[in-house]
Amino acid sequence: MSKTRIVLPIEGMTCASCAATVQEALAGASGVTSAGVNFATNKAAIEYDSAQTNVGQLIKTVREAGYNCGKATVTFGIVDLHYAPSVAPLEQSLSKVNGVIRAVANQATETATVDYVPGVVGAEDLERAVTAAGFEVAEPIAAEDPLERERIARRREVRALTWKFVVAALVTIVAMLGSMLLMADRPMGENGTMKQVDLLGRLLMPLAVSLRDWIAARGWVLDLDWIKWGLAGLTLPVVAWSGQQFYKGTWSGLRHRTADMNTLIGVGTGAAYLYSLVATAAPTFFLRAGLPADVYFEAVAAIIALVLLGRLLEARAKGRTSEAIRRLAALRAKSAHVIRDRQETDIPVEAVVVGDMVIVKPGEKVPVDGIVTEGGSAVNEAMLTGEPMPVGKKPGDEVIGGTLNTTGSITFRATRVGKETALGQIVQLVEDAQATKAPIQKLADRVAGVFVPVVIALAIAAFLAWFDLGPAPQVRALVFATVAFVTVLIIACPCALGLATPTAILVGTGKAAEYGILIRSGEALERLANARTVLLDKTGTITEGKPTVTHIVTAKKPDGTPISPADVLRWAASVEQRSEHPLAVAILKAAQDKQVSLLPVEKFAAMEGRGVRGTVDRRIIEVISLRHARERSLELGSLGGDADRLAAQGRSPVICVVNNTVYAVIAISDPIKPTSKTAIQLLKKRGIPVIMVSGDSRKGAEAVAGEVGIDEVLAEVLPSQKADLVKKLQRQNGGAHIVMVGDGINDAPALAQADVGIAIGTGTDIAMEASDVTLIRGDLRAVFTAIELARRTMRTIRWNLIWAFGYNVLLIPVAAGVLYPVTGWLLSPVLASAAMAWSSLSVVLNSLTLRAFKTPGAASHALLPQN
Amino acid sequence: MTSTQIAVTALGAVAIAWVLWYFLYSRNPAVAATTGASGVQEVRVTVKGGYTPDTIVVQSGKPVRLQFYRDETADCSERVVFEKFGIDQQLPPFQTTTIEFTPEQPGEYPFRCGMNMLKGLLVVEPPGERRAASSPHKFHNAAPRP
Repeated sequence: MSKTRIVLPIEGMTCASCAATVQEALAGASGVTSAGVNFATNKAAIEYDSAQTNVGQLIKTVREAGYNCGKATVTFGIVDLHYAPSVAPLEQSLSKVNGVIRAVANQATETATVDYVPGVVGAEDLERAVTAAGFEVAEPIAAEDPLERERIARRREVRALTWKFVVAALVTIVAMLGSMLLMADRPMGENGTMKQVDLLGRLLMPLAVSLRDWIAARGWVLDLDWIKWGLAGLTLPVVAWSGQQFYKGTWSGLRHRTADMNTLIGVGTGAAYLYSLVATAAPTFFLRAGLPADVYFEAVAAIIALVLLGRLLEARAKGRTSEAIRRLAALRAKSAHVIRDRQETDIPVEAVVVGDMVIVKPGEKVPVDGIVTEGGSAVNEAMLTGEPMPVGKKPGDEVIGGTLNTTGSITFRATRVGKETALGQIVQLVEDAQATKAPIQKLADRVAGVFVPVVIALAIAAFLAWFDLGPAPQVRALVFATVAFVTVLIIACPCALGLATPTAILVGTGKAAEYGILIRSGEALERLANARTVLLDKTGTITEGKPTVTHIVTAKKPDGTPISPADVLRWAASVEQRSEHPLAVAILKAAQDKQVSLLPVEKFAAMEGRGVRGTVDRRIIEVISLRHARERSLELGSLGGDADRLAAQGRSPVICVVNNTVYAVIAISDPIKPTSKTAIQLLKKRGIPVIMVSGDSRKGAEAVAGEVGIDEVLAEVLPSQKADLVKKLQRQNGGAHIVMVGDGINDAPALAQADVGIAIGTGTDIAMEASDVTLIRGDLRAVFTAIELARRTMRTIRWNLIWAFGYNVLLIPVAAGVLYPVTGWLLSPVLASAAMAWSSLSVVLNSLTLRAFKTPGAASHALLPQN
Repeated sequence: MTSTQIAVTALGAVAIAWVLWYFLYSRNPAVAATTGASGVQEVRVTVKGGYTPDTIVVQSGKPVRLQFYRDETADCSERVVFEKFGIDQQLPPFQTTTIEFTPEQPGEYPFRCGMNMLKGLLVVEPPGERRAASSPHKFHNAAPRP
């Protein structure tokens, strides 16, 4: 009996009872030893005896239960399959791969077609099976993974583009020489060729003349008609093959009634080529008017070569814009040791499923998120938390994928895999953000929507203007008109408009992620760039958020003996064990440290912003704020003075009340983060006012504010009032952008109300925070970095847009020839295509400059090393 | 002006008008959604250099499921935007992306790619009504002649 385990994706389950149905059906099938169906993940984990049943049968079982199983098909080429004596060994080898449902090989087409379960079978498994059967795959198998397919498609595209460009470039060089000979043949002036007039022609004319003289000196005689026909033939492959995509794109656009870049290039070069063919085949039409029959074959080749070059460089540059994501994803471990069939096996990290037992050895990366079940070690989590010291891990502790194990060895149960892991969530969040748009793009979008049809209309108008008003005779005007028509089409560049915002957002948000700043959308980025005032929450934002009990001052009993601090701590901690307030955590921790045992609590009640109450040991115990104690006019005695003194030192005094009598003041203080002061200085220096908000007493809040250099403090603000406060500030400042920084849970309403809510993350629960910006680490300097980076990104976008708009607005009229009557300048189509290619490339390159973004203190909160 | 010039100019003017009309105002034939057993109106749209079909007819008040299959890597079609429904969805290449919503109000709702170059139109009709122009059976329901 050979036990096999497989995870099948199930489709069509709408509720938990569906999952139960599938599970029952699978468990009852013959050969199945165990089956578990998870409704949330839509997956069935099945253990079965591969001697008794197979994947095909299992899928049939799922289908019979009324549900579907994800199935994918892939076809790939096999080298020399035609000559193989039999396809049976190949089919058998492929069918044996775990997860393959059916494999069929076809000798006539030399291909194999495999039906398989997506997610279980990888391209490599199939390739291995092919090799094992003694065959060879013709090309890497494009597995079911669409990302893989996309990558392969893009790689092929770049390779094809490169070849197409090389051919076009070589033809261009030869065609240029030929065209120079044609050009030099005519004297300049009235009856000269049109080519001598445009800007490129003027540049090339002296060269052309010396080329002609050089050939004449050797006594060679050239037949110009043959040169023209030669050029027509030479350029044909460039048009038919190198430039194919433009014509295909034009055609597809026409069918869909849309027009894009391809339409412009396709119509432009197509018109130039057809015109040149006519001029070559029927020159008499031109000659009768006493004009040379100009041909533009070299221009067609040059335009196609330059536009292809532009696309190639652009593809490369664009590849670099998403580098940050790749670097982040590379933090993951590549493989994992898991226990399967009671044996340790190495599998790729993608194949780890929830519930797997994973072993991490000394010095290795933790592959996925999970809970430790065995062993002990210290794990360096600096990548996510910024904590430089390795954190001890024992059974029951959480480990995070991507963090680095130090010396011990641990086994843990995987709880989150793939995109669910903390690191996966970070990558996903950045990817999602990169796909969003900034509002600034709206105008460009509106223009892009009508751009190409309008440019075509303008090109026709330019043609008509030249045809009607151009120099006599009419044939000459026709040549001018054609050139103007082509040049306008070629120079227009909607791509630069389209790329201006997205490329900058891609680089900007990627760079931010490298610094541990997750910006949720392009819109958030734009608002962040307009930040005018920063509101900082005190606890957990400026301070560590890990308060500790520093003093317990007790009152005296009626007989004069002091109340025992241990008793106070026991009562207070017993009540607070039901609370999640940071101060409660401090009191509980103090009790734990002093080894004070807790008592059960009854009738527990939390009074928002005031404190907690409960019955312990038949006493009513209250742990409340000093303010609330005064509101209730409780007799504080000398403790009042103590409380005020402690508050003035920046500590939070809480009052422990037993049966309505004040028993003690417990002072809790929360240490200030070492980087907070620098961060606030940086913001102030940049002219951004900083305001501190705190629920604590005015004195305590002011003490902390004084220490970090904040002048404006809003103290004693209840959590529910924070959102209103943000609203009030927004009104006061006339709608200026307010940035609120706080923790994602208690301050959620205020973060949502602010123009930009920045949540201080805890490293693991990234997706939970619904804020605009999440700081993976608690370092406040990241707030400054985020604002600076957002401003830089918006500046880049603005420049990109100015460039893209300006380029089109200025150069389209020049291409149409409006300068010709004034300065005699006429742009050549070749120069136009160079300008066009450069225009969109320059936008991408400008966005890439964001990669070099640096700001004081940023490097120290970066997730990835910055160079 | 010579007669050739007049002819060419007239032709050019027509060409300009046609280009603007063809690319900016005209539409391909509409395709009506098919309603499955679950009551969801489904349409598959292939995205390659444009949307096929690009005019989709659905009925109001019922959920609509549009399945976009993007059969290219060209950047232009990376996103699809239904502004009126607040939908701005990324379409990964060679994958089917499902977009679901329920149009409540009858009317014409344009959709487009992220760069606003590819365009489509969602026509929402009141329930039970078939738009005559888009229905291939428009004569079948005509009242019999007396």
